[in-house]
Amino acid sequence: MGYLKRVIYNCKKATLLIEKREMASLTFKEAFELRLHLFGCSFCRIYKKQSAVINQMVKQLFHDSSHVGAKLDDTFKQELQGRIEDELNKS
Amino acid sequence: MNHQLNPHQWVTAHADYLYNFAITRLNDEEQAKDLVQETFLAALQKVPGFEGKSSERTWLTAILKNKIIDVYRKKSSGLKNVTVQEAAEQEQNVFFNSDDGHWTTSGGPKEFGIEDKDNLVSKEFERILKQCLRKLPALWTSVFTMKHIDEETTEAICAELKVSAGNFWVIIHRAKVNLRACLQKNWI
Repeated sequence: MGYLKRVIYNCKKATLLIEKREMASLTFKEAFELRLHLFGCSFCRIYKKQSAVINQMVKQLFHDSSHVGAKLDDTFKQELQGRIEDELNKS
Repeated sequence: MNHQLNPHQWVTAHADYLYNFAITRLNDEEQAKDLVQETFLAALQKVPGFEGKSSERTWLTAILKNKIIDVYRKKSSGLKNVTVQEAAEQEQNVFFNSDDGHWTTSGGPKEFGIEDKDNLVSKEFERILKQCLRKLPALWTSVFTMKHIDEETTEAICAELKVSAGNFWVIIHRAKVNLRACLQKNWI
């Protein structure tokens, strides 16, 4: 298989480059190969859109969960402070 | 400004904050609990070295963060294991042909209604997303939080987790392909 044909067929590589581009920058060659691939591949065009949206959603979810506030139960807290006091008394 | 430490108030003042910090990054309540406890106990040993340059909370959070990175490292060291990598390759074959890397007949992405961002606000979808995230290797969650919440560079993340740059993208890619497929399967 020739170089161009390999690029055109290789969705595994193309999707890896899509992920890479979300987080970092591509080399000139990588950027070229990705553009060429996306031009002819409707699957990977869908993947690209979905991948970006998924990143957004996961990010949102993580941010929300870091603000919502899970709470430790009181028994655990009391025991924990108890252990800290024990340690403090030792020294 | 010179900050002071008051260990008698630590749990009341910081336990819930540290617990949330750990849960977001580990996605595991039991482990988060353990790390909060370890953080306080380790902090007690470090009290004499506290210089008062940062606030008590910042100082405690830094200790916790190092503990979290240790957990990440332990989890990622498994990836150096050859059989794990082979399993990952095998798993990828569900999605991509092994000869030319093209999507398999069943692996190819279909539109399933998330492409248009306006349709996104749905509690039901959020539930499925959480479910699918739970199936992912913890390493991906770690990488993602370090990147998007702590806003660290890719180089810094690789260095902290001791993963090569090449492996880093393979880990990200593999996790994302799985996550996307899980969403498509459960949402349609």
